[in-house]
Amino acid sequence: MKLKANIATSENGFIFNPATGDSFTSNGIAAEILAYMKSGESEVEIKKKILDHYEVEPNQLERDWDDYMLQLKEANLLDL
Amino acid sequence: MYVSPGLNKGKNLTVAVTGLNANDNPGPGLAVIRALRAGFGEGLKIIGLAYETLEPAIYLRDQVDKTYRIPYPTAGTEALKIRLQQIQDIEQIDVLIPNFDAELYNFIKIEQALLQMGIHTFLPSHQQLAQRDKVNLGEFGKKHQFNVPADEVVFTASEIDQIANKFGFPLMVKGKFYEAHTALNIADAHKAFHKLHAKWGLPIILQKFIKGTEINIAGLGDGEGNVISVIPMRKLYITEKGKAWAGITIEDEKLVALAKDFAKATGWKGGFELEIMMDDNGSLYIMEVNPRFPAWVYLTAAAGQNQPKALVDLALGNPVEEMNTYKAGKMFIRYAWDNIVDVEEFQKLSAFGEL
Repeated sequence: MKLKANIATSENGFIFNPATGDSFTSNGIAAEILAYMKSGESEVEIKKKILDHYEVEPNQLERDWDDYMLQLKEANLLDL
Repeated sequence: MYVSPGLNKGKNLTVAVTGLNANDNPGPGLAVIRALRAGFGEGLKIIGLAYETLEPAIYLRDQVDKTYRIPYPTAGTEALKIRLQQIQDIEQIDVLIPNFDAELYNFIKIEQALLQMGIHTFLPSHQQLAQRDKVNLGEFGKKHQFNVPADEVVFTASEIDQIANKFGFPLMVKGKFYEAHTALNIADAHKAFHKLHAKWGLPIILQKFIKGTEINIAGLGDGEGNVISVIPMRKLYITEKGKAWAGITIEDEKLVALAKDFAKATGWKGGFELEIMMDDNGSLYIMEVNPRFPAWVYLTAAAGQNQPKALVDLALGNPVEEMNTYKAGKMFIRYAWDNIVDVEEFQKLSAFGEL
């Protein structure tokens, strides 16, 4: 899963798609994941970082990850 | 790269502008003036040309230096020419930018006469004006392979039912020059027909409704099939009259390519606005082509391509190169503001036709 190249994100979780004019706000952890994705890190690497830094079960992370990716896809932010 | 003109350095530039009705269905005049002031700075004199005494921008004295009333388009070209000659004798206008669809026919007709007076314009031809007319848009789309929603031109209310059956609801009901209503049922369609008939005359256009995202494109054609500038804008806040009250510049190569195709197909000369609907599949439909700058044209200057300034340069024969870059994510958010004016000013314009 890769973010579209032109998607702009900020540290406070604001997301802007310059191709559509859509903008979104995201919470802290979502913004962190976006930052990892923007820097080109793989899904495996990002998940490992989340598991290392947060108290979350792998199963829960998988469910939340899928849910988040679905939201990003519906928002037309992923390069499919 | 955009080459700034040298021709007017050291010389004052006087530009006349119509469309000062900065109301809830705004004319582009004030936005054009603002862009010109941003582009040319000091030494620019703005002459407002107004049809009515309550056009708000007349009274914005920091934007409009002097305003003259001009005859309505129905008075004909001779009356317009005589009035503009009177004004020209006083003001020595360099460039005139008409901003209303309904007045364009007359201004194009007196283009050469204006030039003889020393007034430059940069206008489409009558043929260009006619082919993008709402009445001819369907045919125009077919001819140039543009997606245009199916439409029918009607002259009597009795034609509505049959066409509504064919297109279904919602149905767009459009006036000859301005305004469009979304009719949800046959009663709505009849009501809109009579309202638009009374206001703008016949014919009325019935257009198939396209569901999608509303995007507008402001462009400037050089008259030789090229575009000097293209800025796409997505509407973020739409008024009951369907006007963008807030919008944001977006970057989408398909939109820029569409504007370029339009300019190439028509050889468009001057400012234009494409009203686009992007459906869920990403297909682009041309809903309307406006033969002048839009009321949000100041956003083009804010995004890095000052279209009104470039038009003035083109009108004066200054070198202008195609502008290729702009900032996506630049927003405009319109606002309403009560300007306080003494009755003496209103009276002066009403009685003497100038302020």
